[in-house]
Amino acid sequence: MHTTVLLILILPLALAAFNGLMGLFVPAYRKNEWLIGGLGTLAVAIPFVLTVKLFLGFHGEAEVVHFFTWMAAGDLQIEFAYRIDQLSLVMTLVVTGVGALIHLYSIGYMHGDSGYWRFFAYLNLFIFAMLNLVLAENLLVLFLGWEGVGLCSYLLIGFWYTDLKNSAAANKAFIVNRIGDFAFLLAMFVIFAVVTGKTDGAFGLDFTTLLAPETLGLFGAGTLLAVALLFFVGATGKSAQIPLFVWLPDAMAGPTPVSALIHAATMVTSGLYLLARLSPMVLMAPTAMTIIAIVGALTAIMAATIAITQNDIKRVLAYSTVSQLGYMFLAAGVGAYFVAIFHVMTHAFFKACLFLGSGSVIHGMHEVEHELEHKGFLGSHGKSEEEDPLMAVELPYEGKFDAQDMRTMGGLKRFMPLTRWTFLIATLAIAGIPPLAGFFSKDEILFKAFELGYNGHVWSYFVWIIGLVTAVLTAIYMTRAYLLTFEGTPRWPDAMDTKPHESPWTMTVPLVVLAALSVVGGFVGLPAVLGGSEIHHFLVHDGHGPVAEPHHEFHVPVAIEWGLLFLGLAIAAGGVLFAWFVIRWGSRGPEADTSVKRFFGPLYGTFSRKYSVDEIYQKWVVNPVVNSARKIFAPFDESAVDGAVNGVAKLVQGIALRLRGIQTGVVQHYALALVLGVVVVLALMLLG
Amino acid sequence: MYDFLLPDMGATAPILLVALIGVVLVVVDSFSNDSASIPWLSGAVLVAAITIELARVGVTDSAFMGHVMSGGFASFVNVVILLGALGSVILSVPYLSRTGHNFGEVHALILIATAGMMVLANAGSLITLFVGLETMSICLYVLTGLVRDNERANESALKYFLLGAFSTGFFLYGIALLYGATGTMMLSDMPAALVETGRTGFFAGGVALLLIGFFFKVSAVPFHMWTPDVYQGAPTTLAGFMSTASKTAAFAALILVLGRILPLDDVGLDTRHVLAIVAAITMVVGNVLALAQRNIKRMLAYSSIAHAGYILTGLAAGALGYAGALYYLLAYTVMNIGAFGVMSVLEWDGKQGAEQTIDSLAGIGSRKPLLGVAMGVFMFALSGFPPLAGFFGKYFVFAAAVDAGLTWLALIGVLASVVSAYYYLRVLVAFWMKKPEDAHVSVQSAAFDVPLFSKVVLVACVAALIALGIVPGFITEAAGAFFVTPEATALLP
Amino acid sequence: MELALNWYLSLSAVLFVIGVLGVLLRRNAIVIFLSIELMLNAANLALVAFSQTFGDVNGQVLVFFVMSVAAAEVAVGLAIIIALFRNKETVNVNEINLFRG
Repeated sequence: MHTTVLLILILPLALAAFNGLMGLFVPAYRKNEWLIGGLGTLAVAIPFVLTVKLFLGFHGEAEVVHFFTWMAAGDLQIEFAYRIDQLSLVMTLVVTGVGALIHLYSIGYMHGDSGYWRFFAYLNLFIFAMLNLVLAENLLVLFLGWEGVGLCSYLLIGFWYTDLKNSAAANKAFIVNRIGDFAFLLAMFVIFAVVTGKTDGAFGLDFTTLLAPETLGLFGAGTLLAVALLFFVGATGKSAQIPLFVWLPDAMAGPTPVSALIHAATMVTSGLYLLARLSPMVLMAPTAMTIIAIVGALTAIMAATIAITQNDIKRVLAYSTVSQLGYMFLAAGVGAYFVAIFHVMTHAFFKACLFLGSGSVIHGMHEVEHELEHKGFLGSHGKSEEEDPLMAVELPYEGKFDAQDMRTMGGLKRFMPLTRWTFLIATLAIAGIPPLAGFFSKDEILFKAFELGYNGHVWSYFVWIIGLVTAVLTAIYMTRAYLLTFEGTPRWPDAMDTKPHESPWTMTVPLVVLAALSVVGGFVGLPAVLGGSEIHHFLVHDGHGPVAEPHHEFHVPVAIEWGLLFLGLAIAAGGVLFAWFVIRWGSRGPEADTSVKRFFGPLYGTFSRKYSVDEIYQKWVVNPVVNSARKIFAPFDESAVDGAVNGVAKLVQGIALRLRGIQTGVVQHYALALVLGVVVVLALMLLG
Repeated sequence: MYDFLLPDMGATAPILLVALIGVVLVVVDSFSNDSASIPWLSGAVLVAAITIELARVGVTDSAFMGHVMSGGFASFVNVVILLGALGSVILSVPYLSRTGHNFGEVHALILIATAGMMVLANAGSLITLFVGLETMSICLYVLTGLVRDNERANESALKYFLLGAFSTGFFLYGIALLYGATGTMMLSDMPAALVETGRTGFFAGGVALLLIGFFFKVSAVPFHMWTPDVYQGAPTTLAGFMSTASKTAAFAALILVLGRILPLDDVGLDTRHVLAIVAAITMVVGNVLALAQRNIKRMLAYSSIAHAGYILTGLAAGALGYAGALYYLLAYTVMNIGAFGVMSVLEWDGKQGAEQTIDSLAGIGSRKPLLGVAMGVFMFALSGFPPLAGFFGKYFVFAAAVDAGLTWLALIGVLASVVSAYYYLRVLVAFWMKKPEDAHVSVQSAAFDVPLFSKVVLVACVAALIALGIVPGFITEAAGAFFVTPEATALLP
Repeated sequence: MELALNWYLSLSAVLFVIGVLGVLLRRNAIVIFLSIELMLNAANLALVAFSQTFGDVNGQVLVFFVMSVAAAEVAVGLAIIIALFRNKETVNVNEINLFRG
């Protein structure tokens, strides 16, 4: 056990260090793509095999593996220890399994990139951090992984840093995440302050002690609410929920495998993992649960409405991810933590498949772009279209050719059959068509929301209805993405003679595997009427497992349960059929968006502007802080504080300006400040 | 008649040794034109002193009739101070050679300042407190103005000198008042004396003025204003020395003072709220102003102000936070020596980096990977990123603050840390994510070698930060032991 | 006739405040420095007065240390001011403000 866990953790770290250092200091090494990629993939595939071994040998009792004492200071004694139980095993399987496939995919996708070695080093480092997160036995080791994945996400979003936009996106992700991280930190301090000294022996923030009923009994209701909410704020940062979700769509600036691995399948679900891990604690704070469910539901519907208006294929998937994460929080909020984890798993399969599929499409479209450039249809580097108006071609939108824009795609099913079929399967899975994976997990979430409502919590019906609406929207926008990309006729210039090709096997094999998992993955969580949920049994384990669940007094009658099952089916199928045959994005292309526009009226503008959240943050939060700081050396800029900037911004700006105004450079002013300080301290001491 | 001298000198051997060699270096320097042996000698004496102190961490002792502490807490702090000095000495040799200021007396001054710091940090009485503080300060004034033909260096030295002497005036008056209130100079006798007299105005005023002296030395707001001007104008490696060793010494002395004479409930004097308020203002002002800087040395100066705020947070938490503060001081010393070390290597403009802005560093990371990676580690450590040592420093002091009921202070600290991530990250963006063409220097003038000595120190700092982060246990255990064991109660009654 | 402790302390406080005001109000670096010396000597006076009252020698020992430290400070301070004067030809602290912000 000890050695296995050590190997699982150490391999990705060792290979990250090896590839990183070799690449950094031995320039000749950077050329060996197969060696770098192969080692990187093995560093995740071997841990996957080991985890499978652990999983098969698991007997239902959680085991803790101690490595060494991390720190000891007074009552605090933190072990470097990892926990093998049902929850961590499921998460580790997802992380290493999906991770290995995405590593394999990257070998082909990143081919020819000058930062190939860097990419694999970061990716392995990410896996290491993520494994720390899911396997941790105490909050501090978990936090180590939590920060580590944030760092890797930052490095990978900014991977192509020569593009300023990308490093801006990376910075945004990092800073937004820091806000969540520090809420996490505060929650830890509060827990420590409450628990320490009241348990037998030193307290190490470990889950075994923390989640024991007698320890949880130490918390007052108010403290518990504060802790749960602080952890939830932490989770909103990492898992991109309202109000901290803004970084995720921008994070798509990173390479597509990164979007698939970090920003869809694994890292963004760590907030859910955290809540599930602490579920016995969070369950005791019902107010926090309600807030979590409502925030999740609102995020789900908000992101879904935005997704329906986007044209960039990766942005559609990004907002879809935000929306699905909202679903998971909804599940957590209604007490169905095991369903949240179930959805984490199925979502990892079909969303990774979708992202990798989109990567394959983008790969093909880049081929088209190069060919068009070669033929002179597009202004190549250094030669803009204005200089050569004769050669400029009509694009369905303004601006330059964009390989990620679905308006230039269409009809790709003929050129990329494998990508098309896997994408279609994953689309149907996320839309919730039975018997694909998404149907079971999504249906169970909605059922649990309904069940809570049935037990007297009326707000839960509201959440349930939002969930239903989101389900329709999900089916529609995902079908739209599929139809615009693969069906209809090609819409890129010179489509008769310029043809993309299917991607190499390293890219298609992961697609096929993930599509297969999207088909069968749901069967581990069948609804009660169809025989009962394996994963429920595994994770909750009749109250002995790591994931807690609330006790419901009333059971929903079987007839209603069947009804809900068919309602879910009808909604998903209805959405898909509506998009396919009524709006007809396939045959009408982007034109069909007008039907949606007409339906939503002025709301559509709000959706497509993404509710202006970015702009609001920019105006209210980012500008006051960053600009006031930046303006410090310039004379006071009138235009910076014109009517657009509100009073709060003015205040912050004024403070920063005044603060640096004090630092005049004249020594006597410094002395004066010192004397004022003396007066204040003297007064405090003499009077206080 | 002088029997007691020998054991006393043994107990304070590291201080005496460092001071003695400092004086010897002055003599050697004036009689020999070859100064190559001087850095070796000063490095060797620092290593010897570290070795002795490490061996003495386990014992608790005092010397010279209790005027100087020795062993235990004192040894631990001395090790931190000596490490800061050692790093600075090694980094200074190539740096000052390049700028043409590698005089022998630099090393003499560093050693004597180090001796002063150790006296300050080991003080058992108000007299040693004052003597140590002044020995340290006067040497630092000279070191700041080392490049005496440079206007900026002159200005820095003048500001530092005037304000330092000014704060010393308050400090000394505080000592006088404390002496007047208690009738004794010995820190350990004060509680007993206070029990007799009770709380007096003299005592409260004296403590306030004493605190002000410390606040100035650790550059807490609003006594911080000299810091950016001095760090920007001083030779970079010596700014690193000032920002680490002298702060460590001042904080250690502050812990001694707080621990020995102030936790007295029966006197009814609570310093916690003063420390907490100053800590809060320091964290906020330090971080906000650091955000505004484009000059990296200035940014590091404000960052060091912010870090003083974090450490003060630990002290405000009372005895709970002292061990955390000690750990923080060690971590902070290592990361700041490293950060200033990287900046010292990157100075090719001959202006002591006074004009080294963030733009002039574009793309250094890809050209000098070692510097880039090292700076990355230092910046992440400074911003408190786990598992690097800086994270645990923050963790311990904030956790102690929450434990002591100062949740609001921890909250401010945590928010201020969020802000700090932005400006530390900006350095890394310049290092790694900008193209060298963006820099305002020509490629030729930027073609430089990283000296071997600097490499050694930087790699050692990186390794130490990672090691301290992965196994912080042995430090916290050692530091915690000073404040809970019976011997510690003897040390801090 | 023996003066009461309060008289010494009052004189010391007055001297100290004069010193502080001198630092804040004068523009000449040397005069500022002289004012600081005044503050130190105010403290010395208080120390000696206390020492006398308590019949304890420690206060006066510290005074000797202060005097020697002050002498060292004078040496260093004047050197710094002279070096500055060579470069800038002024000792007016208002004109010495290259660093700010």
